[in-house]
Amino acid sequence: MGSITLKNVSKVFGAHAVIPSIDLDINDGEFVVFVGPSGCGKSTLLRLIAGLEDVSGGEVVIDGKNATELPPAKRGLSMVFQSYALYPHMSVRGNIAFPLKMAGEDKSVIDKKVQDAARVLNLTDYLERKPRQLSGGQRQRVAIGRAIVRQPDAFLFDEPLSNLDAALRVNMWLEISQLHQQLKTTMIYVTHDQVEAMTMADKIVVLNRGRIEQVGSPLELYHRPDNLFVAGFIGSPKMNFVSGAPAAAYHAHTIGIRPEHLVLSKDHGTWRGTVGVAEHLGSDTFLHVKADGIDTMTARVSGDFPVTHGDQVFLTPDAQRVHRFDEKGMAIR
Amino acid sequence: MATLHTRSAARLMIAPSVLLLLAWMIVPLSMTIYFSLLRYNLLMPGMEEFAGLSNYTYFLTDPAFFQAIFNTLAIVLGVLFITVAGGIALALLLDQPMFGQGIVRILVIAPFLIMPTVAALVWKNMFMNPVNGLFAWLAKLVGLQPFDFLANAPLFSIILIVAWQWLPFATLILLTALQSLDEEQKEAAQMDGAGAWSRFIYLVLPHLSRAITVVILIQTIFLLSVFAEILVTTNGGPGTQSTNLTFLVYAQALLQFDVGGASAGGIIAVILANIVAIFLMRMIGKTLEA
Repeated sequence: MGSITLKNVSKVFGAHAVIPSIDLDINDGEFVVFVGPSGCGKSTLLRLIAGLEDVSGGEVVIDGKNATELPPAKRGLSMVFQSYALYPHMSVRGNIAFPLKMAGEDKSVIDKKVQDAARVLNLTDYLERKPRQLSGGQRQRVAIGRAIVRQPDAFLFDEPLSNLDAALRVNMWLEISQLHQQLKTTMIYVTHDQVEAMTMADKIVVLNRGRIEQVGSPLELYHRPDNLFVAGFIGSPKMNFVSGAPAAAYHAHTIGIRPEHLVLSKDHGTWRGTVGVAEHLGSDTFLHVKADGIDTMTARVSGDFPVTHGDQVFLTPDAQRVHRFDEKGMAIR
Repeated sequence: MATLHTRSAARLMIAPSVLLLLAWMIVPLSMTIYFSLLRYNLLMPGMEEFAGLSNYTYFLTDPAFFQAIFNTLAIVLGVLFITVAGGIALALLLDQPMFGQGIVRILVIAPFLIMPTVAALVWKNMFMNPVNGLFAWLAKLVGLQPFDFLANAPLFSIILIVAWQWLPFATLILLTALQSLDEEQKEAAQMDGAGAWSRFIYLVLPHLSRAITVVILIQTIFLLSVFAEILVTTNGGPGTQSTNLTFLVYAQALLQFDVGGASAGGIIAVILANIVAIFLMRMIGKTLEA
């Protein structure tokens, strides 16, 4: 149904190669998240799959068929845009029905499908409203409704939640994940937020400067990052990197330790340091510790660890969970 | 502007300008009404006498009057149709990325900057003239008899000239509206399987509705009183075939020297313009509220 394969796909704008060359396999029914810093080409990649941009080279294969030359509507994909892109002069019903109307479906079939979609998305009471009369979350659901009525082979989401407030966003993570469980359709989701990626994905594709840095499940990326970029990008707060003498002790150029893998003590440990800022979140406390001879390190301790600004502490890395990298930034395993 | 004091102070401050504007409007209007009730002919100065409503009866029963109303409406509707349809088409073309976009846009705006008398004269002498005109030359080129536009289709010719002048205005307003259409909406429609025509009908046209309303409202105001183009091309003729209300009032006052009758015509024109305005606001004013 909804398997998508990119073969050697590239995209060039003028003299600037946004995407030099990418190979990627997406299996049917997978929830894949493209994640990376802004300008890394993740949205461009999505638009190449959608057909909204022409590829400069390579092949896009959807459902086993070469779709490189197909127009967007013929690829059997649906897209949810960052701005929702609802048609402002149409009612919610008109918006959701639009793709069906364009496909020339029967009036009764359209009505039934719109009702079904509205029920799934809790929009039944709002069908006659105009988009501007809806809240951000409702608009989002209308956009998703417009995407699901066509029963596409795959859904594409282009940072759909970045206009919502934090609480609503967490809610929508859940709703989109549930929708994926229900429909079991391939979904490709673009975001710059690694927490969002970790929360929803079956498979994460980490992109940087138009290149794929690593592909894997959220926990694979967390436990076994291939390189410094992935190690630094996945996980919050960021992994601490130490190079020089302390790293040489581990036979590496650079070592990385996640804040949650640093053990803190008041009286003994490997590195001595002074507490700079302490972020008290309740369950946890994030400490920014200026370690002697090394940079500032972030450490995560339990919320009841008694410490304030200026205190002296000792940090000990969990030796089992130290990530080692060579000069090129690649992981040593 | 919250307290009683500041509010009354504000009223006091704007009072002079309000009074000035009021006087500016009231004085000519009441003078026109006053003249329209007099038998007032410029050839017989000092003989003015009260004539009651006879000027109105005379003007309203003039056969030229109905012709003039028809012509006025024909000019307004004809020009509106051409400029809105042509404006949308031109705006769609100019919205495409192309080489020399800036220069082309300036060229398109140019007709709007040419004064009406000049534009009309250029059309009359260089395009529509049956001997020297470009159209006559084109006709002769393919072996046809040249068509004397201003003699045989005077109203149509005037509509053409006025439409040419107002096309840039419509194009400009519609182009800016078109450029504010969200790119993602177009892409969403593309993903939804809408072809170019469906996108135009379901997405572009509704988006432009407000701009079209503005174009229609503003142009109607000016098109009801087209004058210069008629004066320099057909002089209202042949007969009264291209006389509109404005021109009829002018002819009454300055060709027949009948100030009383012309004033009555002026008042009738004001009333008709208001009727048109009310209808316009009823019909399309709703689009502006949304």
